[in-house]
Amino acid sequence: MIGAGVAVLLLLDGRIAGISGILDHAVRGAFGSQRWRLAFLVGLVTPAAVYGLGAIRFAQGLPVLAIAGLLVGFGTRVGSGCTSGHGVCGIANGSLRSLLATLTFMASAAIVVFIVRHGSTA
Amino acid sequence: MNFLVALVAGLLFGAGLLLSRMCDPERVLAFLDVAGAWDPALAFTMGGAVLVAVPAFHFVRKRHVDLLGAPTSLPDRFEITPRLIGGSAIFGIGWGLSGICPGPSLLLLTGGSVSSLVFVAAIVAGFFAARGFDVVTGRS
Repeated sequence: MIGAGVAVLLLLDGRIAGISGILDHAVRGAFGSQRWRLAFLVGLVTPAAVYGLGAIRFAQGLPVLAIAGLLVGFGTRVGSGCTSGHGVCGIANGSLRSLLATLTFMASAAIVVFIVRHGSTA
Repeated sequence: MNFLVALVAGLLFGAGLLLSRMCDPERVLAFLDVAGAWDPALAFTMGGAVLVAVPAFHFVRKRHVDLLGAPTSLPDRFEITPRLIGGSAIFGIGWGLSGICPGPSLLLLTGGSVSSLVFVAAIVAGFFAARGFDVVTGRS
């Protein structure tokens, strides 16, 4: 379904479904040519709003979440993409850049999880 | 028209994230925890999404227009830069700490929790920090 969403946006609108980029542009000014981004974001959250999220537990307290969010926002813009833009669209587009970016953020994320979960026992 | 297309694309994407439980931080962290009780399900989610998207990219690459005949805007950059790798590494640190990437963070907002609000506000602050970084490094 995620792939179908990517395909619909690309085939019928010629655009890349990269969520960090869409969100960044949308918060800068949601008018004129930005309208498609708002529409995409509304669509994105609608299923969760209608059907509910199910049981969700945040792994961290607010201070760590704030730091993590900052790193996600900063890193995705400097690195030109996140899980959707690089991980799904970029790789599907056969981009070596996106493949390397995806391997990089998967690796650094796995290292962080390893340190957080297994660091004290190592 | 493209308003409607983008809405439908967003609906599909959002439903996919919800059904695959990609919006559940615990599930994502279980996928990233390769040394623990590794849960590979999200690799199949992502791999499946890539497989479905490949023909669409292939089609557009060949024709340079979308199905409605409008020109497409595919990124055409090939350099592997320190920005690309460094930025991605930083993103990964935040993802590994929280188990949340940008798409799922927006789904989590619908739960109305303070945690989700703080996280998304921090992402947006990170966007602005990145713009400041671009100015300092003379990129914009």
